[in-house]
Amino acid sequence: MSKSLASTSWRARNDIASRPWPGTTREYDLFKELVVGLVVVGLLVLGLSAVFSSPDEPTVTLKSWAVADPADFVATATTELGGTSGTAGYGPPYNSTPDATQKFGPIDLQSLSGVRLPIDTANDFVIGPLQTLPTPPAAIDEWTKASDAQHTAWTTAYGDALSKAPDNDPAKVPSGDYGPVPALTGALLAMAQQGTLDPVLSAKGSFYNADYKASILFLGDGSYFPGLADAQHLTGDQWGMMNETGNYPGQSWLWLFSALYQLEPFKSSPSADVLVVFSMVILTLLLTLVPFIPGLRSLPRRIPLHRLIWRDYYKHR
Amino acid sequence: MTVHRGPVPTADDGEPRFSTWTGKARGWALRRLPPDKLLPEDQPSYVSSWIYVFGMGAVAAFAYILGSGAVLALNGPTWFHASAFGRFINSTHLWSVELFFMFMVIHLWGKFWMAAWRGGRVLTWITGMLAFVVSIVTAFTGYLLQTNFDSQWIAFQAKDALNAVGVGAWFNVADLGQILMWHITLLPLAVAAIVALHVVLVRMHGVVPPLEAAASDAQLRSTAPNPATESEDTK
Repeated sequence: MSKSLASTSWRARNDIASRPWPGTTREYDLFKELVVGLVVVGLLVLGLSAVFSSPDEPTVTLKSWAVADPADFVATATTELGGTSGTAGYGPPYNSTPDATQKFGPIDLQSLSGVRLPIDTANDFVIGPLQTLPTPPAAIDEWTKASDAQHTAWTTAYGDALSKAPDNDPAKVPSGDYGPVPALTGALLAMAQQGTLDPVLSAKGSFYNADYKASILFLGDGSYFPGLADAQHLTGDQWGMMNETGNYPGQSWLWLFSALYQLEPFKSSPSADVLVVFSMVILTLLLTLVPFIPGLRSLPRRIPLHRLIWRDYYKHR
Repeated sequence: MTVHRGPVPTADDGEPRFSTWTGKARGWALRRLPPDKLLPEDQPSYVSSWIYVFGMGAVAAFAYILGSGAVLALNGPTWFHASAFGRFINSTHLWSVELFFMFMVIHLWGKFWMAAWRGGRVLTWITGMLAFVVSIVTAFTGYLLQTNFDSQWIAFQAKDALNAVGVGAWFNVADLGQILMWHITLLPLAVAAIVALHVVLVRMHGVVPPLEAAASDAQLRSTAPNPATESEDTK
């Protein structure tokens, strides 16, 4: 008797895999299996929850940032005013900074979406919130009347001075031509430390708010927030995508997504995100469509783990 | 005398005869998935391995995800910070999700090594993969709803991948209202619908036989003669 290779084709045909099973059977109770499954999984869920609970690291606020690291807050506010922060130079969907988008070859999907969530960091993160104060600082007038070139000169000079000051402390910055920038950033720091910037930044003077992008982006432009994430092993180069605060399992199913960020050419590419997403889409499609792909679909035959799964069947053939 | 099986009149060839769209739909459903296939009391003898429990395990974990998620949703996304009971329910939600993914991944790889798409079961495989992918998106939106440090950081980091492919403006990870609606309505409904379709397809096509099953096997010879001929595609 010649023995042919087992087929791994997806096609329905006149073979054993395609026809109703005509051979021996065993008793099977679908509902009983469901109930047993619910009981076992329920006990596991309750047990794990009772023993390990769940993580709940408190949020970081603009207030906690301003109190814990005022120097970083002022330095970040200066970059927001000067348009040199990460958000200011992000590109779509927040602004139209030239050459800021991530590209996949000639494909620029980031630009295609357009500026749909516009953010002007100087006005939205600094000037606008200060204007909501009962007595807005007079420095706002000086700022709004100055040219863009003057804005850049002031913020660049003040940013440089802050970086050279002992502990980057705004109080230790030598005098210079900073225009209204120290007064504006100082007023914003005071506002944040009092806790009044948090509601103003996201809600923009309204009562309700559910969109926290302004606060999240402002926090992310500083060093304090990423520093806290780094301490919790949550940053991208720490496989943070699949980590969780504390000693809890996170989204471990994102391991491959996270792994690609650790590898070249993704790791050092300015378009790392779009390259990783495209790669993951392709890999996911490959796995989804594996029944149609000759060679890949034969792997179960070439690496016969199925003999373990069906060892009882093969033993009693 | 011709014995009519089922509640509907049949033609001479034994096929049920329906005249309405509803009846034709019922006839199609009954032909594709008769009650004894939908709710079977036996299975082929090869369905005898621990690998088979993980699909049902994932379904059971999904039930706990829906239950705990409903309690969390009804109390609002910040409830669990202030309530000890809320924290416990949040914990059951977390651990049922962790178990769900663990069971589903084991189930998926088990089915891969069984080449379970064989014999016209390709849609079963594809719906299983789809359930996995949509579950990942659903879990991701849940992590964004924790309203704690973790969700803040995930929102800050995840925006880059979404913006890079041009969808960040419509799927704004920092918009709690938008993400809440995705997480508690659209995505769970999608997962439930895909899982239901997947289970129905499993019942329709049956559990795939062993890769090397042959007509000469004792499990086949001990019953009615099997005319199966194994014309193979060995690509």
